[in-house]
Amino acid sequence: MREKKQPSQMEGTMHARSGTARVGPALNRDIQTKIGQQLRAIYDNVVDQGVPDRFVELLRNLDRETGKGERGDEDSTE
Amino acid sequence: MSGDPFVREAMLAAVPSLRAFAISLSANVDRADDLVQETLLRAWANIDSFEPGTNMSAWLFTILRNLFRSEYRKRRREIADSDGSYADSMKTQPEQSSRVEFEEFREALAKLPSDQREALVLVGASGFSYEEAATICGCAVGTIKSRVNRARTRLAELLSIESIEDLGPDRELRAVFSGSGRS
Repeated sequence: MREKKQPSQMEGTMHARSGTARVGPALNRDIQTKIGQQLRAIYDNVVDQGVPDRFVELLRNLDRETGKGERGDEDSTE
Repeated sequence: MSGDPFVREAMLAAVPSLRAFAISLSANVDRADDLVQETLLRAWANIDSFEPGTNMSAWLFTILRNLFRSEYRKRRREIADSDGSYADSMKTQPEQSSRVEFEEFREALAKLPSDQREALVLVGASGFSYEEAATICGCAVGTIKSRVNRARTRLAELLSIESIEDLGPDRELRAVFSGSGRS
């Protein structure tokens, strides 16, 4: 029956920062965890689409144009 | 300096998260992509004002946000498209079972005031520090912190109201979370 008591309270402090909602602390913590996950899921869903071709081309063209007029004055394109 | 291949690479590397941020602002994929394009053009033309060694990504986010803000003021009325195109951008849902939750969350997010939403996205999803987010939004760090807190509070309220109304899979999920969260 003798167990060493570990100070496991520390876990509870991890989310303490965000605990301001009036929905009860435990539910709030669950919801905050979920909010973080959902938010990143939405965001990463777009990030995972990578770089669409139009932007690769855009920057390639800009690079090319700048390369041509590099020596001259900066008023070439715009 | 704009001939520097580093600049092009750094801009390209920032494109995926710029798009994600732009979509969270404009709720419309086409407009978001136009916004990203305009940001890259603007950045390229003003590359001399970028300080080498500082965060290129944060600099680009700042430009994009300012572009959006000035445009948003102009056509505030036209923006009510928070359903169609935004939903289209989410073609690959995380899991079918959480689809309902996902929709609920997206709707709740759309209800936030835009300054709170952008603060939450910058800190909670883009991974910027409060300080960086403050620089991007041109406000004090404390302002960002309170916007993020208010956003989280509001979302929690919206989502808990909805999960009480809908005692579906969400409730089980909550039980799982509370089971693993406490010992």
